[in-house]
This record gives sequence, structure tokens and C-alpha cells, in this order.
Amino acid sequence: MVQAIVREEQQTKQEMKVLQNQPRENVYETNNLNLWYGDKHALKDINLNIQENNVTAIIGPSGCGKSTYLKTLNRMVELVPSVRTTGEINYRQRNILDKGYSVEELRTKVGMVFQKPNPFPKSIYDNIAYGPRIHGIKNKKVLDQIVEQSLRGAAIWDEVKDRLHDNAYGLSGGQQQRICIARCLAIEPDVILMDEPTSALDPISTLKVEELVQELKENYSIIIVTHNMQQAARISDKTAFFLNGEVIEFDATDKIFSNPSDKRTEDYVSGRFG
Amino acid sequence: MAYINHEVVERQMTKRRTKNTVFKNLFLGATLLALLALVVLMYRMITQGAGYLSLDFLQNFSSRFPEKAGISAGLVGSLAMLAVVTPVSLFLGVGAAIYLEEYAKKNKVTTFIQMNISNLAGVPSIVFGLLGLTIFVRMLGMGKSILAAGLTMSLLILPVIIVAAQEAVRSVPGSLREASYGMGATKWQTIYKVVLPAAIPGILTGSILALSRAIGETAPLVVIGIPVIVQFLPDGILSEFTALPMLIFDWAKRPQEEFQYVAAAGILVLMMLLIFMNSIAVFIRNKFQNRY
Repeated sequence: MVQAIVREEQQTKQEMKVLQNQPRENVYETNNLNLWYGDKHALKDINLNIQENNVTAIIGPSGCGKSTYLKTLNRMVELVPSVRTTGEINYRQRNILDKGYSVEELRTKVGMVFQKPNPFPKSIYDNIAYGPRIHGIKNKKVLDQIVEQSLRGAAIWDEVKDRLHDNAYGLSGGQQQRICIARCLAIEPDVILMDEPTSALDPISTLKVEELVQELKENYSIIIVTHNMQQAARISDKTAFFLNGEVIEFDATDKIFSNPSDKRTEDYVSGRFG
Repeated sequence: MAYINHEVVERQMTKRRTKNTVFKNLFLGATLLALLALVVLMYRMITQGAGYLSLDFLQNFSSRFPEKAGISAGLVGSLAMLAVVTPVSLFLGVGAAIYLEEYAKKNKVTTFIQMNISNLAGVPSIVFGLLGLTIFVRMLGMGKSILAAGLTMSLLILPVIIVAAQEAVRSVPGSLREASYGMGATKWQTIYKVVLPAAIPGILTGSILALSRAIGETAPLVVIGIPVIVQFLPDGILSEFTALPMLIFDWAKRPQEEFQYVAAAGILVLMMLLIFMNSIAVFIRNKFQNRY
């Protein structure tokens, strides 16, 4: 598995960098990104650099563009007709908004977990194997291994290992969401985008997903949109505060929540609006 | 807050409850009336036709003598026609539905096409018969063959299949498509592996109902000129043939009273075929029903 080997190499590089105290590389560099839905200017001059092997949280009130920005990072936003963008988003030094950039290739490297758990109406096994299969893996043994590793990676293997061929719809909402995370891990992504992944879950399931995010950041770069500020404070390394389609402040999470430099950020994180 | 006067509410209660009961019974009456019509029809058919139902009836060709008349040519002809209609209408109908739902941009042109498909579903079947006569029988020189009749019937039920398939495709939640696209699947992979499997129960249910309409339709066959007196079984797709409803139509027209009973027996066979097809539709719907 070439991808796995590449990942290992990346990891070793990462470890060396940590040892040498070098700054982490940026996975995403967004330069002057503007986005319109028809006439509505939804994102205004976004400039954000997102570092690898970090959890980056995006917070802000409803309609501030945080989900739109997240969906631009894997170009899912294009599913909405009448979307128009200017500026550039460089993923590993290549502009993904270029016409020539294949979205299929991008989405193989940038996985996504959605707000509502959305497993396919198939067995747990087929859900996890879906990604590898569409990318051409047919070998049953390899698929078995991917399924097991992905489910282990999403900390749900022990709960489902005896019922891999049952329909995923029989699981609880929290389990379904971790199945969706496992399904995302199965394509061996580099980045995982999470769009309010716990907003439809109960507190215990939320806790499990949050713990999982902490584990996953060892190997993946995670960008998570959340409307839950405590969650952002608990799990993220850096936080971006969006308001009306603009980035108001982007800094280390500690700083955003204890000593923000913008008055509006302070108002929002202290619960005065939003 | 004193907007709700409880005395007034109580006074009106009886009236409201009476209305409630009246409407319930009204709708019950409507249902029973519809059922009654069906029961009377079935009763007449069974009492009149059951006596003529026999293995001979299924094996014989039509005849001048009521006791010798049989439906074999019609039964085989109808099933052969269905063998043309099913692949043609399913392929065209599901294909068009997928194009309209998954690929076509939502603009004025597609709205116009959509509107016309719905209108086509309401065009009288005799008009499709004329179309079939002009194009398939005469222009393309297919004659009064199984192929010509099958293609005409396909055109007739195509709008129904398109609309049913579109609804089935549309009812697949967008979140499933997003999940698939989000993993780097192409549009075709998403359609083939996610949308179609989830939509297939709905597509099949609607299609089988449409196909059973194709079996029962008579007018287009009359217009095409499908013969009634056929003393042989079709030997190929371009063979002349006759169909169940044509035989029933012919027997019902004859002056001898016995032929009315033969017609009733033919209707019983047709009805059993339709009930069989509809139960397949119900079975599929129950078996593959997905919860999203």
C-alpha cells in the first residue's frame, strides 16, 4: 500500500521536525478567497493558513460562512449551483480552485465528516469498504484489513466487530457518526474536515468523538467547524473566528478564549452574542 | 390573557365532534363504494367465466365455437409483447429519469421538458396507437408485429415510468450523495453504487404498475391493426400476433351469449396476470423498503 508508506514517511518527517523544533508545514494556504452564492457575498477576503497535524477549529454564529469555508476546502460547495469563487486555496502548494485540479483526487486526500451521521443503507462492512472500492481495491483480504484498521482508528471496532454485516442503520446515532469517521479514514486521507460532527449527538457520544479527534490529530490534520465554543476550547490547537463571511481573528485557541485581541471575538466567546 | 373563552369552547364542542364523525363516515363511504364496484365486477366475472376456465381454454386458439375457443395465442402474444416493452421502457425511462434528476441543470428548458413529460402521461392511449401505426408499422416497416406493438406500448408507459423513477431517485437523501462525493467518488460511481440501489424499490414498483397497464391496454392495438383471428403462436419478434385484451374485445362483441362467458373467462386470466404482477410490486416494496 503505497499510500501507507508515504504516510509513514510523512510521519517520520513530522517526528523529526518536532525533535528539531521546526515549525509545522501548512496543509492549506488560503489567499484572498471570496465566494458568492448568486448575489450573496458569503466569504470575504479570507486569508488563513492551516497547519498540519493540528486541530483547527472554526467558530462563529450561524450564517457566518464557517461551513461554507469548510466545504470550499474539498470543493463540496460546488454542489450548490450558482456558486462563484475568486482567490486561491493552496493545498500542499497546489491551488485546488484551478480548473485542472480534479475534485475526485482532492477528496481522496481530504475526507469529510458531516453534521448528521450519513451512513449508506448498507452493511457496516460495505460502508467502510465503499471508499477503497471506488478507488479500485478489489482484493478481499486488503479490504478486510482496511475495514478493521479504519474501525479501530475510529474507536468503534470492539462495538461492531461481531456484526460487520449488519445494516449500519441499526446502530445508534453516536455509533453511526463514528462509522462515518471510520469510512473517512478508510480512504487514508491527509486532512479530515468535520462539519459540526457532534451537533446531532448526545453528550456521551460527543465525548467519544472529541476523544477520537484528539487521537486522530497524531496522524491527520483536522479542521472542525463547531458552534459549541467549549468544544473548540477543549479540542483545538488553533481557532478561527468567523463573522459575516470574514475572518475576525485566527490564533492559538488559548489566546482566542483567554485574551482575544478583537473586541468582537471577546464578545462572542464570552457569550454576549451568537 | 383571556383570548380563549372556555364557555364558548364548551358550547361549540358538540358541533365540532359531530362534524368530526360525519367526515370520517363520509370518507369510509367513499372507500366502500369503490370497493363495492370492484366486488360486483369480480363477482360477475367469476360466476360467468369460471365455467369456461380450463386447461383447454389456456391451450386452444380462438374459434367460432364458444366451447372450443381458447386464449393461447393472446396469452403468449401478450407475454411476448411484455418481453419487448420491459427492457425498452425500463432502459429509456430510468435513463431519462436519472438524466433529469442527477445531470440536467434546473433551468427553464428542463422545467419545460418536465411539464411535457407529465402531460404525455395524460395523452389518450389511442393517440399513441396512431403514432405507432405511422412510425413503427408503416414508416419503419415493422408491420403488425410484436416489435411494433411493443415499441408503441413502451412509448405509452414511458412517461409514467419516467415520473415514477424520478420520484424514486429524488427521494434518495442528498446526504448519501454528499457522503459518496466526499470520498472522491465520481458522479457515475455515486449514481451506480448509492443512488440506484437506494432508488430501485421505488423504480421497480412504479415500473411494474406501468407494465401491467401495458398488458391491459387495447386501444393502441386496435389502431395498429393487431388481428384477432390468429391460429398460430408467434415465432419471433417480427411475427404477427394477437393479445389478451384483443381477444376479450372480440368475444365481447360477438352476438352469441356463450361468447360473453368466454370473454369473462379471458378477463379472469388477464386479471390474474395483473394481480400477479402487482403482488410482485408489493413484495418488492415491502422487502427492499429502506429507512433513511
